[in-house]
Amino acid sequence: MTTALRITLNGDPHDLAEPLTIAKLLATLDIDPRGVAVEHNLIIVKRGGFDSTLVQSGDQVEIVNFVGGG
Amino acid sequence: MNSDPLVIAGRTFSSRLIVGTGKYATHEVMQQAHAASGADMVTVAVRRVNVTDRSKESLLDYIDTTQYTLLPNTAGCYTAADAIRTARLGREAGLSEWVKLEVIGDERTLFPDNGALLEATRVLVKEGFIVLPYTSDDPVICRQLEDAGAAAVMPLGAPIGSGLGIQNRNNIQIIKEFAGVPVIVDAGVGTASDAAIAMELGVDGVLMNTAIAAAQNPVAMAEAMKLGVAAGRQAYLAGRMPRKRYATASSPLDGLVTGS
Repeated sequence: MTTALRITLNGDPHDLAEPLTIAKLLATLDIDPRGVAVEHNLIIVKRGGFDSTLVQSGDQVEIVNFVGGG
Repeated sequence: MNSDPLVIAGRTFSSRLIVGTGKYATHEVMQQAHAASGADMVTVAVRRVNVTDRSKESLLDYIDTTQYTLLPNTAGCYTAADAIRTARLGREAGLSEWVKLEVIGDERTLFPDNGALLEATRVLVKEGFIVLPYTSDDPVICRQLEDAGAAAVMPLGAPIGSGLGIQNRNNIQIIKEFAGVPVIVDAGVGTASDAAIAMELGVDGVLMNTAIAAAQNPVAMAEAMKLGVAAGRQAYLAGRMPRKRYATASSPLDGLVTGS
């Protein structure tokens, strides 16, 4: 039996079943990778790095996109 | 392309009006207002994706990025560090170096913290950003921002979202006289005459959001703003007549039928 792995996602606690790449995390969350930016432990992850960056227990992930503004 | 385009950092814009994407009742109204405004650059904000509710439509579904240049902002940031972080995220999200840099210094007025703004401008310019800072209607800070590498300076006309119109015309005019980069009046416009007044002062463009989005009919107001900006620009280029304190008759005095 495995315990869930906890990360901080957009400021809130979030549980994952196992370590995931950014690409898999986005897919799990039903987020289109186009038009989003991802920060992993305060470092920007370039789009080319979505497949190779692994999110592990205790990590901080921010996923942002564009909303209306002036 | 018109014969009097706006050029910022080597990029040419056919419109001197830059519009926002916030506060619209629906995305459809926003899209129509953008079309009516004639703008070719629109501002957007950078915010966390709602990871629990994915039902909301994406803003970018309503902005044709082949037609509009996106200008991500750092609205809501109160420190240079937060603004820099947000600008970097915006660059990744939009794959563009352009940023409308805001560092807010006061919650009620949303006036900028110009010290932090200058610091953030220096950092982002070094990182290759095209920085368009929202700042005070102060010629000194505008010059400092230009010296720090800002691609344009964007003094406020009045507080953000206030619709009060251009509060210090003299300062705006001095800013334009001093500036070696484009001057965009950002914030404070309420109606089309305000946009025309800004342009008559000689500035290069006007950026607005609430004046269009909060109008009773945003699409009609967007067109009014387009016309106001165009009228103000043309009046500036035409060169206004000198002001006089007393009347000068427009009709000849000779040949007047008098007496009885």
